[in-house]
Amino acid sequence: MTKKNVWIAGLATPVMIAMLLLFAGSPSVRANDQPAATNAEVKIDNFSFGPETLTVPVGTTVTWTNQDDIPHTVVSTDGVFKSKVRDTDEKFSYTFAKAGTYPYYCSVHPKMTGKVVVQ
Amino acid sequence: MTDKKQDLIDQNLQDLNNDGVDRRGFLKCMAWAGTGLVWTLGGGIPVSRAFAKSHGKDAGKGGDFSFVQISDSHIGFNKPANPDVTVTLQTAINKINVMPHKPDFIIHTGDLSQLSKPSEFDTLDQVLKGASARQIYFVPGEHDMLTDNGEQYLQRYGKGTKGTGWFSFDHKGVHFVGLVNVANLKAGGMGSLGHEQLEWLEADLKGRSASTPIVLFAHIPLWTIYPDWGWGTDDSEQALSYLKRFGSVTVLNGHIHQVMQKIEGKVSFHTAMSTAFPQPAPGTAPSAGPMKVPADQLQRVLGITDVNYLVSGRSLAIVDSPLADSSSAASGSGRGLAVVDSTVG
Repeated sequence: MTKKNVWIAGLATPVMIAMLLLFAGSPSVRANDQPAATNAEVKIDNFSFGPETLTVPVGTTVTWTNQDDIPHTVVSTDGVFKSKVRDTDEKFSYTFAKAGTYPYYCSVHPKMTGKVVVQ
Repeated sequence: MTDKKQDLIDQNLQDLNNDGVDRRGFLKCMAWAGTGLVWTLGGGIPVSRAFAKSHGKDAGKGGDFSFVQISDSHIGFNKPANPDVTVTLQTAINKINVMPHKPDFIIHTGDLSQLSKPSEFDTLDQVLKGASARQIYFVPGEHDMLTDNGEQYLQRYGKGTKGTGWFSFDHKGVHFVGLVNVANLKAGGMGSLGHEQLEWLEADLKGRSASTPIVLFAHIPLWTIYPDWGWGTDDSEQALSYLKRFGSVTVLNGHIHQVMQKIEGKVSFHTAMSTAFPQPAPGTAPSAGPMKVPADQLQRVLGITDVNYLVSGRSLAIVDSPLADSSSAASGSGRGLAVVDSTVG
């Protein structure tokens, strides 16, 4: 190793450490190139899911919150996920690891339908 | 409702019959408690009139009997629309216990509980134990099958029933059929009976005399009241097709927490009030959620349904009346059923 290269390595090391620290402090970026972990919300209100269609990136955790006075469920039409009965203010979360369209409904009030589009 | 609209309705109804009923007060009462109306079927033609005060004057004759329908007790519900549903159920039972004519049995048309919790069913049992009528028949509502596909419901209330809880029995010449339309509901649909139950129903009715009065009961209405809110049953037409040859069919439902009636040919449809909380009339609110009314009004919109079967003639009488009015009465001459809705207050 030449003297010049030693100097570069000496400079590069603190810069890299600083960058790593910077990345570690940012929740949206991971060092291992995984897709960003994001969260999204669906509100259950007045016997409907809002938004009715939710589009999210792969890896998103979707949380449904029941804001009605009546219990509801969140059940995938294709059997992918199924919540327990959710009473007022109770939540259900599911993380979508694969791209696709996921229709779902409330098995108690099946007129209530929605879908999550994962891209 | 505006006075102008009210007047129009008053005029329209004024001359239907000459019974001296105060239609204005009547309709106010009917607004959504739906009480105070008498339906009489004479020779298949329905005639509405006010209930008489001679409650059950024809009752007590040989073969006559009555039973009471209660519905939607939602034990465990504790939101502002009714913070104490156990008390209002108890009030309903108290009303039944002091009826001048003792009902032979009680039918509960579902949503016994709010969340299918064992503690909720325990509380319900405790209150129903106090009913003077020892025999109580149940069909489940969707709230009773929220966990374990209704296993607990079946163990407690569905012993000896078929499938998810359907059954039939005979009482003093009337054939009763309890159906389940809250199980295995499909995305985007309404209530559902399903193929297996429909086959059972067809077989159950086969061979019965067309003159046998039939009472069909289930939680969700077996007629389409408001599809947007799921107030109907997708395959009810199929079920009703098996009943076409019968001369007298009465369909009793709950689920919508208000009285609604329809008569189609020989079939009269009827929904009962809840003992827990009212729900809005179809399309009058953003959703079918519990309707909040002032505390002093609550018991005017909760109630029970009294059904009287009268063998002494050939007409069917269905009577709705408020429980708030203790003199409310069912009367009807003739062979038939009288249905009385009464508010809890």
